Amino acid sequence: MNSSEIDVSKNQSDSEVVLRLRGITKVFGSLVANDDISLELKSGEVLALLGENGAGKTTLMNILFGHYVADSGSVEVFGKNIPEGSPHAAIEAGIGMVHQHFTLADNLSVLDNVMLGTESLWSLSSNRRSGRRHLEELGKRFGLEVQPHVRISELSIGERQRVEILKALYRKARILILDEPTAVLTPQETKDFFETLKKLVKGGLSLIFISHKMQEVLAISDRVAVLRDGSLVTEIKTAAASETELAHAMVGREIELPERKALEAGRSIFKLEDVTVSAGEGRPGLKEVSLNICAKEIVGIAGVSGNGQTALADLISGLAVPQSGIVELHGEIVRRFTPENMLRNKVGRIPEDRHTQGVIGDMSLAENSISECYREAQFSTFGWQNHRNRDRFAENVVSRFDVRGYNSKAPVRLLSGGNMQKLILGRVLSGNPQLILANQPGRGLDVGAVAYVHQQLLSARAEGAAILLISEDLEELLQIADRIAVIHRGQLSETFPRESISIAQLGLLMTGQQNFSTTNYPSAGNNAS
Amino acid sequence: MEWLEIFLNTSFWVAAVRIATPLIFGTLGEVICEKAGVLNLGIEGIMTIGAMVGWMTVYQGAGLWTGVLFAAVCGGIFGLLHAMLTVPLGLSQHVTGIGITLLATSLSSYVYRLILPEVNSPPRIQAFEPLDIPGLSAVPIIGEALFKQTPLTYFAFISVIVVAYVLYRTPVGLAVQMVGENPAAAEAQGLNVTIIRTCAVVCGSAFMAVGGAFLTMSAFNAFFFNMINGRGWICIALVVFASWRPGKALLGALLFAAFDAYQMRLQQLIGSEIPYQIFLMMPYVLSILALIVMSRRVGYPQALMVPYRKGER
Repeated sequence: MNSSEIDVSKNQSDSEVVLRLRGITKVFGSLVANDDISLELKSGEVLALLGENGAGKTTLMNILFGHYVADSGSVEVFGKNIPEGSPHAAIEAGIGMVHQHFTLADNLSVLDNVMLGTESLWSLSSNRRSGRRHLEELGKRFGLEVQPHVRISELSIGERQRVEILKALYRKARILILDEPTAVLTPQETKDFFETLKKLVKGGLSLIFISHKMQEVLAISDRVAVLRDGSLVTEIKTAAASETELAHAMVGREIELPERKALEAGRSIFKLEDVTVSAGEGRPGLKEVSLNICAKEIVGIAGVSGNGQTALADLISGLAVPQSGIVELHGEIVRRFTPENMLRNKVGRIPEDRHTQGVIGDMSLAENSISECYREAQFSTFGWQNHRNRDRFAENVVSRFDVRGYNSKAPVRLLSGGNMQKLILGRVLSGNPQLILANQPGRGLDVGAVAYVHQQLLSARAEGAAILLISEDLEELLQIADRIAVIHRGQLSETFPRESISIAQLGLLMTGQQNFSTTNYPSAGNNAS
Repeated sequence: MEWLEIFLNTSFWVAAVRIATPLIFGTLGEVICEKAGVLNLGIEGIMTIGAMVGWMTVYQGAGLWTGVLFAAVCGGIFGLLHAMLTVPLGLSQHVTGIGITLLATSLSSYVYRLILPEVNSPPRIQAFEPLDIPGLSAVPIIGEALFKQTPLTYFAFISVIVVAYVLYRTPVGLAVQMVGENPAAAEAQGLNVTIIRTCAVVCGSAFMAVGGAFLTMSAFNAFFFNMINGRGWICIALVVFASWRPGKALLGALLFAAFDAYQMRLQQLIGSEIPYQIFLMMPYVLSILALIVMSRRVGYPQALMVPYRKGER
């Protein structure tokens, strides 16, 4: 391995086309994921692929990288057709991919993950020393330093992403596909990440940047291609594009942004006083947290993931028991911390991970719709299920909350993320909860679906619910929360009214670079960001 | 203190290592399969096949090592069958494995009867002789246990080292681990998950079959029905006990075998005051206890028992 794998001298005139997709079509069952898409990537350019979730961006890139085989069409890299359905061939041709869901083995080291597949499987030994040296060299060159011998499970999300990029660079990638790379990053990390991308382009790479966030696309790309429902709808130079124009192309209709009315907060619904929750394995708990949420208000919790949000959510869901402190619900002290007791006390829960905590993927939509209330008399009599009432209830949820896709008998895992979230939302709101825990409700959803979720939360607020919104997306928080607190290493700041705080300030609090004004703890910020 | 004196007895240690040998092979084979993400419950049947084929090859006049080779090949074939069903087709690994065990066990007996229809008491073969390593075998108490065993036992110890080296020090070992941890990651690095998993299962199954062959070619010198007698299942437990590490697998197999050898001697010592079944039970009870203590912090291969289908949404 010599270090000149990304040969700058080969970076020829700007007009050279390094990658050409011709008429790619891919059909999954009845869904046309890609409909006759043709695209070109020029040398040294950043092409943004913009589109809502389910528009076919990832499918297209998976075809390009050989994970899927296209029904028709061809992929040409540096003037040569590459065989279909072979990631190996794609890598050989110089394509690297940073997957949205990282393809890393948590139990193995960084070096293991990077070196996998780079040496002949017949070789009797592995030259780890030179691999390590090469990895460190690449890290230095592109500002992607990671310790080679650390296990992936010990890395932060941002660091894992660096490993993903390093994997591609190690394989001498000259075209890098980045699938929703910023979805998991904090604002500060995103900034650093963009710097990295600029270094990569300078180093002679051509990039395809997949995103559904317009601001990012406008900030980083040279050219934008917009996908909608599997078809390529527009392709323009970024310099000539405007946000509204792109949004329209992406969604195909006007999005109604949720309207947020000023409301007078009501009585206190949920109160924490010096609550401490012990840390689980490898994740922080809560340290003497105090918080008060009233009816008719949304309190936002900002923070980098893994700073105690899970403990807070578990506490409200009845999955964690506090070690000390007082938890009050409707003015009464909570003594039993079980999910059942929380449900009985009108707590609605929108969990962070829809797939593992929100629904049971292999059970039907109807069964999932009553999974929190199946014991109620209308759904069960003397231990027998009442299917008619269940189906009627599910139909009601489906129509009221606009859940589209599969029928009520099909397993719920087949629903798209947005529809799954609508189902969960419907299930929660049908119980008329007085306290709603919304943990990352917009994660992984497209613009339209996020707007819908926000709309529903706001109308629940108007009807008198108290809502705790945990999110890493600061814009989301500033859009709909009334007050915002920042969580960092298990400690919660005071709450700030939304008018009095900016994204930049929140960002500093989130990484611990600015001390909370109420609590005073040293050395918190040194290794953050 | 007679029950303590057993530990000073050379024959106890020799027996422990001998009993451990098939377990070492079996556990090693299962570790290879499970590291690649495939649970192989066919182990019990594959060991039976190995025992029968190895013995039969020698009985028909071939050399001992030819017998071992044939046993390994036949084990590999059943491994291939298991892999075909569970890897490209993605069938349930539990059900397939149990099916393989039933099939292979019955088939062994069937073939045995087919070839030797008239035989009543199981005929014996000229089996492996203990190989004395001069000097070292004279070490008191444990010398003979480690250095006066049959060649297959030495082979088992060497296999542990080789498998550990391959798994942790070579590219192919890394690939095997990766398909067991995160097959999507392996594929994204250009590896063929199906081929790697299949090869790992075939290779692991060959080891299991050699473990079975040890019983007929180094221990009992004859093949009879039901002779594996749950050793395969013990190996499955030992894999968990060993946290999927070859070195610990060796340790676990030796520990279990030592319990077994000890209980046999204890039986003779105490006589009929206590029903002998209590002693028979002892190693199993102890292995359950050991599992409880040891497997608190086990690291399962994360994709164990998860079929991988390329391009599936």
